Amino acid sequence: MLRWLRKGLVGQWMAFLKNGDVISGAVLAALGVYIVMQSRAWDYYTPDGPGPAFFPFWYGVAMVALSLLLVVSAARKGGEGQAVDWSASGRAMMTWLAFAVSIVLMEFLGFLISFALLTFFIVAVIFRRSLATAGIVAVASALAFHLVFPVALSVSLPAGPFGF
Amino acid sequence: MDVASGLLHGFAVALQPSNVFWCFVGCLLGTVVGIMPGLGPAATIALLLPLTFKMDPAGGIIMLAGIYYGAKYGGSTTSILLNIPGESSSVVTCIDGYQMARKGRAGAALGIAAIASFVAGTVGVIGLTLIAPPVAAFALSFSSPEYFALMCLGLALVVLLSGTSLLKGLLSLLLGLWLTSIGTDLFTAQARFIFGQATLLGGIDFMVVAIGVFAIGEVMGSIEAGEEARMLPVPRGIRNLLPNREELKACRFAFLNGSITGFLVGCLPGGGATISSFIAYGIEKAVSKHPERFGQGAPEGVAAPEGANNADTGGALVPLLTLGIPSGGSTAIMLSALVLWGVKPGPLMMTESPNVFWGLVASMYIGNVMLLILNLPLVPLFAQILRLPLYVLFPVIFGISIVGAYGASGRIFDLGLLAGFGLLGYVMSKLKYPSAPLILGFVLGDAMERALRQSLMMSQGDVLSLVERPISAIMLTFAVMILLIPLLGWFNRLRVRAITENG
Repeated sequence: MLRWLRKGLVGQWMAFLKNGDVISGAVLAALGVYIVMQSRAWDYYTPDGPGPAFFPFWYGVAMVALSLLLVVSAARKGGEGQAVDWSASGRAMMTWLAFAVSIVLMEFLGFLISFALLTFFIVAVIFRRSLATAGIVAVASALAFHLVFPVALSVSLPAGPFGF
Repeated sequence: MDVASGLLHGFAVALQPSNVFWCFVGCLLGTVVGIMPGLGPAATIALLLPLTFKMDPAGGIIMLAGIYYGAKYGGSTTSILLNIPGESSSVVTCIDGYQMARKGRAGAALGIAAIASFVAGTVGVIGLTLIAPPVAAFALSFSSPEYFALMCLGLALVVLLSGTSLLKGLLSLLLGLWLTSIGTDLFTAQARFIFGQATLLGGIDFMVVAIGVFAIGEVMGSIEAGEEARMLPVPRGIRNLLPNREELKACRFAFLNGSITGFLVGCLPGGGATISSFIAYGIEKAVSKHPERFGQGAPEGVAAPEGANNADTGGALVPLLTLGIPSGGSTAIMLSALVLWGVKPGPLMMTESPNVFWGLVASMYIGNVMLLILNLPLVPLFAQILRLPLYVLFPVIFGISIVGAYGASGRIFDLGLLAGFGLLGYVMSKLKYPSAPLILGFVLGDAMERALRQSLMMSQGDVLSLVERPISAIMLTFAVMILLIPLLGWFNRLRVRAITENG
């Protein structure tokens, strides 16, 4: 009985922690606390009027209050109903990760190569097209971007060791 | 300058060959992005904004506005042919539009959507022409307290109507206010929230936030959904795209209903085309002698929402141009564009920048005609866009996002922020946080803080001065009421139903 009760409570607690509203509410409450703490280091009121801390202090307080309210209301509704399905997010998160890596690479390889690699990854891995299709799309789109922006419109893009 | 001479001046500006060209480019791009699910007008305007920096402000805003209202025309095509709305404002069109198409009346449905869009879009612009001058004249008496109260009212309305959870809307708004505070305080030169990064002293570029949250966030959401749909065949030839006499007769009231409802709802910050299309559909069904036909392919079920979402454009530009208050994501980006060009939207815009104000208004009359021409005979051609593979489209959106964010500052650091805001946009949509309040908070945050601090300077710190002036007192009272009304159970159920039925 005690074991069952403990298991039930643990299960409920886990569901509570998986609840999107609880997690986002907690993150925003922490951000609100950070805003309030930071604003205490600046002038709240100066002889000329409200100082740089005045506005952030009040929206920080509001953020803490509202996010705690969100956590409490999520807890009152019960964990299960508000759970977010992250299982379908794999493809989106992989795409984002590839995008983030391509930005890091851009500093060293420049736009043209990094963008071609990103395109190749999206076509071949995310959309599961053949390597040949991925290669053609990657090279064609990177070249098109290079011709339209830096060459035709003189828009500067991150350059790599080869000057593009 | 009175309305007639202002409009004549506007046509002189809008009919310049370069501006006609930019209007056409905007309408064409708008139609294309309207047709493509997964890329909205806000994302497109954000993506193209950096390319307009060197343009003449009148030409630039004419093109951006063309994208804004052109997307609403194009959005109906996918609703009717695929049962997938190209834009959120065309969700309601799916209900009867797709049913008409399944019954072999796809051409008539597309024709009705185009005609309703033209009629209501033009009525919306007439409303803008007539209402903007008196609103601007009234707003001339506004001082800092009134502007602060007005921004509170606008943001409260946006929060009320942008999502099912009021709490999440408010939190999204506060996040936007915080993001806009990052950088140097203009009153005291105090650095705020810069995390020791000197690159953040100038603040976060609006482009980076808008492109990240809208474009990257939307693409990630579309990649997750990854759905393919079968398109119904598009009839060829103008004759096959025209509705018959019975269908046009059934739509008479719907054209009027869509025009008026769309314009009035559009004037409200946060109202937006999606809400107006839903309300117009609801009114149409409520007054119909045959409500049972709705959902089975009723032509008026296409005409009312399509009319409303186009009349909404004229309404949405009233608060943007006369008060400097955007009503949603797209108009928030347009406000930023105007500010970047050195044009200050507000009561003085008509006198300080008549070329931009009246040029834009006049261009919308021309743009509506262009869109009717583009959307009637050329709809089979546009429908081919739906055959563009997503694995080509999405990398292109990533590429344009990089060009847009890097082009604004030339810093790789901003590309890192772009990735961060892209993730934020995606997570917000997963957790059902509306993004419009964040963008509006970001755009209006600086002006709101300035107005509040100036008001308190004027009154030597007396907060009550904000409610001692009648206009600001009325607006603040409305703002508080708007945020408190959802506490009434029946109202909140109605509000949530209106928002969820719009997807």
